[in-house]
Amino acid sequence: MSKIIIENSIVESNERINSNVYLLKVTSPEIASQIGVGQFCNIKVSDTDYPLLRRPLSICDVEDDKLFFLYQVVGVGTEILSRKMKGDRLNILGPLGNGFNIQDDFETAIIVAGGIGIAPFPFLIKKIMNKNIITYVGFKTKADIIDYGLKNCKYSTDDGSLDFKGTCVDLLKSEGKTLNSKCKIFACGPNSMLRNLKEFCSDKNITCEVSLESVMACGFGICQGCAVESKNDDNYKLVCKDGPVFNINEIKI
Amino acid sequence: MDINLSVNIGKLKICNPIILASGTVGYGEEIAKFLELSKIGAIITKSISLKPRKGNPPQRIVETPSGMLNAIGLANVGLEEFITNKIPLLEKFNSTVICNIAASSIEEYVECTRTLNDFDIIKAFEINVSCPNVREGGLIFGNDLSAVGKITNQVRAATEKTIIIKLSPNNSQISEFAQVVKDEGGDAVSAINTLVGTAFDINTRKPIIKNITGGLSGPAIKPVALAKILEISRKINIPIIGLGGIMNWKDVIEFMIAGASAVQIGTVNFINPFAAYEMIEGIANYCISNSIKNISELTASYQL
Ligand SMILES: Cc1cc2nc3c(=O)[nH]c(=O)nc-3n(C[C@H](O)[C@H](O)[C@H](O)COP(=O)(O)OP(=O)(O)OC[C@H]3O[C@@H](n4cnc5c(N)ncnc54)[C@H](O)[C@@H]3O)c2cc1C
Ligand SMILES: Cc1cc2nc3c(=O)[nH]c(=O)nc-3n(C[C@H](O)[C@H](O)[C@H](O)COP(=O)(O)O)c2cc1C
Repeated sequence: MSKIIIENSIVESNERINSNVYLLKVTSPEIASQIGVGQFCNIKVSDTDYPLLRRPLSICDVEDDKLFFLYQVVGVGTEILSRKMKGDRLNILGPLGNGFNIQDDFETAIIVAGGIGIAPFPFLIKKIMNKNIITYVGFKTKADIIDYGLKNCKYSTDDGSLDFKGTCVDLLKSEGKTLNSKCKIFACGPNSMLRNLKEFCSDKNITCEVSLESVMACGFGICQGCAVESKNDDNYKLVCKDGPVFNINEIKI
Repeated sequence: MDINLSVNIGKLKICNPIILASGTVGYGEEIAKFLELSKIGAIITKSISLKPRKGNPPQRIVETPSGMLNAIGLANVGLEEFITNKIPLLEKFNSTVICNIAASSIEEYVECTRTLNDFDIIKAFEINVSCPNVREGGLIFGNDLSAVGKITNQVRAATEKTIIIKLSPNNSQISEFAQVVKDEGGDAVSAINTLVGTAFDINTRKPIIKNITGGLSGPAIKPVALAKILEISRKINIPIIGLGGIMNWKDVIEFMIAGASAVQIGTVNFINPFAAYEMIEGIANYCISNSIKNISELTASYQL
């Protein structure tokens, strides 16, 4: 594993993309030179003890010495982050965790993302431009849709306000008859979505890697807060250190 | 000016008073990516039990105002795996190691201590009688004066090395426990372990932590920790290792003034893994500015 760095990064921009999703760009040369697809950073959003813990965000994209994060405002930490402006400093810990494996033998990448689960994929897509890519993205409703950095998108909405009505996994199922062993699925989203996907993958016998989320404190394996149940040995794995990317069959979702 | 940062706790001498707290740095592997462990006073292992424990089901932690609740459930590799795989690693780091032991019976405490006593790298034992997150052992012992006395007495018989009993704040008279530890031959106490707490999700009305309650740590508990240390310091003549919410070097000084001979840092490692370095530098500078030659002069120097 690469070295873990703590870097005082400088905010370049923090742009609102829709009602509660933002795209943050920071200059962070050391981390940018090290970070891989599907890894994450743990960000201190304030200089005080409130909020106390860092907030984990997936790496969304990297350009030269800049890191990009795509995040949804859900609580106090992300709300404070959304008020950061150009020139502000952010203390960032990273790169953390194990990312997606793009070395193995596949011809088509099927990306399946629910809502803010699209966050890790722009960087992945950049790194696998030589493959066929199909992206299935699901949102609650038309107004939530984001296609930042994605490629060859097929949309679903829970309320049917745009394109397919249902979840992105339903959409994949409805179109997925032609999937074969040269396909590999990369997924991120709510656990309910990942559970459905797991069934589909084992039916079709397709390799699938998922990026998981869990509440965590440290992000590098010392607090043991982010446990997920392992499929194989009835033990727990840590999202931060053993993941956040797992083979979908490795874990109980 | 030459500053002496070293302190003694029982037979144990450490190069500075900053100790990494149990359960917040595993067995050293991950934190060693940030710190040269030989430069830190000591490292205390995650609680070791006779058999491995997989820990509690998630959700295990949640942030609360200026603190966090955890119910990890003493997840640890167990005695055997600790000896085969973790001790060699700790030897490589060249650090002063204090081994923390958790158990569900007095016999288990004794067996772990006796087995680990043979390893030179382990310089002291910290006996955890105060984990709030497991049913057996843990707090059941921590709240029972005679059990704490028996455990101290029996562990004493199993080792010559320094014994530190880690006390719970979840009782009304912590000094009575410190007295028992002293009477039964313990060398020191550490105070405090986490405070029992909980938090609810107002939409589902369920506790956020699967275990229902967890242990509160971080700056939120600092005033409680200081009061408990002061209580012990005023009543009982026993070395105290202070902990609970220490975030920076000023907190370290404050804990020493309140009665601590050394301190442990826990939650802060999650946020700033370099914290130990910053504290060592900060307290050294404080000593210079205040013409303090030996940091131990600060211990219990309160002016009430
Ligand atoms: C490895 C990893 C990568 C992540 N990547 C992204 C990303 O790219 N974009 C993004 O928008 N979000 C991402 N998240 C989730 C993000 O970390 C949380 O939304 C954030 O920490 C919430 O902080 P808050 O203070 O705003 O909310 P809080 O006030 O702390 O909590 C609000 C809600 O968010 C939930 N929550 C809190 N912390 C986490 C957490 N660590 N993981 C999941 N849910 C949490 C709480 O249970 C609660 O329901 C990621 C999480 C992990 C573990
Ligand atoms: C995630 C976590 C795990 C812990 N595990 C242990 C443990 O295994 N054994 C133990 O004696 N104390 C354990 N503790 C308690 C700490 O060692 C310490 O007493 C407490 O966190 C207060 O210090 P702090 O506020 O500096 O964190 C744990 C604390 C945390 C936050």
